[in-house]
Amino acid sequence: MTQQNGDPPTDEMREETAAPRRRLVFILVPAAFAVLAAVLAWQLLTGTPDKIPSALIDKSIPQFDLQPIPGWDKGLASADIERGGVSLVNVFASWCGPCRVEHPLLMDIAAQDLLPIWGLNYKDQPKDAASWLQQLGDPFTQIGSDLSGRVGINWGVYGVPETFVIDGQGRIVYKHIGVLTRRDWDEKLLPLIENLGG
Amino acid sequence: MIAEIGHFALILALALAVVQSTLPLIGAWRNNAAWMAISRPAVTGQFVFISIAFACLMYAYVVSDFSVANVFENSHSAKPLLYKFTGVWGNHEGSMVLWVWILALYGMAVAAFGGNLPPALRARVLAIQGLIGLGFLVFLLATSNPFLRLDPVPLNGRDLNPLLQDPGLAFHPPLLYFGYVGLSVAFSFAVAALIEGKVDPAWARWVRPWSLLSWSALTGGIVLGSWWAYYELGWGGFWFWDPVENASFMPWLMATALLHSAIVAEKRDALKSWTVLLAILGFSLSLMGTFLVRSGMLTSVHSFAADPARGVFILGFLVVVVGGSLTLYAWRAPSLRSSGRFRPVSREGALVINNLLLVTGCATVFIGTLYPLILDAISGEKVSVGPPFFESSFVWIMAPLFLLAAAGPLMAWKRADLPGVTQRLTIAFAAAAAAAILLVALKGGPWGAILGLTIAAWLIGGVAAEFIERLRLFRVPLIDSFRRARVLPRSAWGMSLAHAGVAILIAGGVGATNWQTESVQVMEVGERVEVAGYDFTLASLTDSQGPNYDVRRGEFTVDQDGERIATLHPEKRKYWVQGMDTTEAAIRTTWIADIYVAIGDPATSGGIAVRIYHNPLVPWIWFGAIIMVAGGLISLSDRRHRVGAPSRARRKSTPAQPTEPAQPAQPAQPAESRSDT
Repeated sequence: MTQQNGDPPTDEMREETAAPRRRLVFILVPAAFAVLAAVLAWQLLTGTPDKIPSALIDKSIPQFDLQPIPGWDKGLASADIERGGVSLVNVFASWCGPCRVEHPLLMDIAAQDLLPIWGLNYKDQPKDAASWLQQLGDPFTQIGSDLSGRVGINWGVYGVPETFVIDGQGRIVYKHIGVLTRRDWDEKLLPLIENLGG
Repeated sequence: MIAEIGHFALILALALAVVQSTLPLIGAWRNNAAWMAISRPAVTGQFVFISIAFACLMYAYVVSDFSVANVFENSHSAKPLLYKFTGVWGNHEGSMVLWVWILALYGMAVAAFGGNLPPALRARVLAIQGLIGLGFLVFLLATSNPFLRLDPVPLNGRDLNPLLQDPGLAFHPPLLYFGYVGLSVAFSFAVAALIEGKVDPAWARWVRPWSLLSWSALTGGIVLGSWWAYYELGWGGFWFWDPVENASFMPWLMATALLHSAIVAEKRDALKSWTVLLAILGFSLSLMGTFLVRSGMLTSVHSFAADPARGVFILGFLVVVVGGSLTLYAWRAPSLRSSGRFRPVSREGALVINNLLLVTGCATVFIGTLYPLILDAISGEKVSVGPPFFESSFVWIMAPLFLLAAAGPLMAWKRADLPGVTQRLTIAFAAAAAAAILLVALKGGPWGAILGLTIAAWLIGGVAAEFIERLRLFRVPLIDSFRRARVLPRSAWGMSLAHAGVAILIAGGVGATNWQTESVQVMEVGERVEVAGYDFTLASLTDSQGPNYDVRRGEFTVDQDGERIATLHPEKRKYWVQGMDTTEAAIRTTWIADIYVAIGDPATSGGIAVRIYHNPLVPWIWFGAIIMVAGGLISLSDRRHRVGAPSRARRKSTPAQPTEPAQPAQPAQPAESRSDT
């Protein structure tokens, strides 16, 4: 590297560029925020996240056929769910911290043998999912490995974990986003399932 | 009665906030000393009234007054006393009271320690603080009143979420809020400076201690949360890139950038408008984090009950505060001129790159957190961004930052001599090479882990090199070095410590993510398993009761080479009221690794599910973080932050009317053309 002599050069961050252009750069800062605020406002006012996506409620489940996680004998297809009566579909992943929190509850529900719990293993490395289930226990009746996330998109998966309630006709009647707590189960899902005759 | 006093105190605090946010501002504009002086009693009054409200709410919790809806929903008479206290902020309303209380505390601190501030600046800063307080108090009273009554009075409460009944999480929110809210002071200083149109080294010097304090608190708060997740969630992980974690991490990244750029603004009178922008963005991200968590737009483990009405309010507030300050910035900042000039290879240059990397890292986290929301708004498409995204992007942005952190402090201001710096980094090169060779020989992989630990060793080497340089160690007699160490400014000690803490934390994180050994099996009493060279025996399983839960407690003996090294007691609790299970892992640390045992549910075949982990280097994460916080606090105690900044009077510059005429058509200084080639 060569050293220049004379006055120190002016490599200062954009402090000395021409005034009008300079001003434009500064105006971009609040402008970017305005766009962001508009997006957030639109999101907020067009429905609460629990209702995302309301479009799917009372609709038949999306069609799919997924491979099993290696070591499990069955994958999961929409036909399995349609035949299974009232059931839960739980979207989970081994990388999802909150999933671990709700896992004991799912184990508990599975132990009561109330209804099938279908697992949608979302964007998860199959070997990670397998070791996760071996460690924590497997509450699922059947699990489909949705490695690419395609099926998740059709289900409107927004954040993991999510839990859907499916009625006897294979329609989505309820969607719960986030960790399923004991209180959610006792106060919302269980009464709904009892109503559906599950 | 007590609850009504609390409610009333909040209303009085609101009235004072109105006074605090208007009169001093007008006074500063009209140069009316009496109106400016109102800010100090107003801020004191606000603190007193919010303290009263806070104490009333705490009282209602401690005596289990279930006629107060908030207490009913979040407490229970059988809850241990400690969690009756900490349960106050374990819910939305209470945490907002804590927030405004800390805000008022900071306001008081600015008034108390700001004796050397020019009266107009102090009045403006306190007025902006008052404006923020005003927004939050209206929010509290209008949408989140913690003092609402219930009739009829329930017999008992619904209890606090058992996951929160834990010492780690009990003190996580106050620390975190202390950090979040601390950024409001830097924000207020930034806005006040924009109103005045004046940012000088004295301004930067006043902002720095507040940023340092809030950075230290944020660091502590984030790590406390991470530590909690590590031992309470029961699977040995410590960071999940959960939206709520990200919401606290983004302000931290901004505060870190602010700390570094403020040094340049103070010492070199450069990067001024940039520093102001960081101060605004840091607090804006704190508010944004609050918005995202409270509105329920992002759901996660940590969030409390979400309510869209609150979301609308916070968004409106966000638009006023962030939009307003950024507009003010766009209007006033172009007139801020910096006098300090520097070459790309210089301390300033290194700090600019530091800032660019930190801000890019922050933007990455921001995009990863908000992308699902934004994409949904634009195209209706739903996606989810998990840790894979953050691990493949953020980590790679941070790696060069850590490399630079070793070299930056060795560079001279204005113009650094690169060969000299390289030579002084010999120790760092040696440390990195030694670490790499040792790791390849001993562990052999994975290569990401070896790279990470090599970077950590490099950074430690860099810190050592800088320290040796400062003390002229090995070049002058030891006694001289010792004398130099004694007069070394505390801020220098603080920086070295904080950087060393970062290196240790990186090493911990890298080790923990790459070399964890886990073993999961069903064990019966008397059974023995071997994990990572230790023998674990399940000695007994006992069922008993805690104050508000049933507990199953396992006793594990741990032997190594036939010698007893530990007895561990992991627990599985079932809380009565919410019917929720929690895992209390038992951890034995050797300072180099953790032995971690958690028990799960009984297996149908008899026995119990047991998870045993050997987590190498995890203790270093907590150790490194403690060193970072200590570095921040030591730097905060530096004498420079306590004495006044006399330079302001001398360097009277009036950027509104630049003394040197603006030179609009001077193509001589495009930044790129002077890069060294």
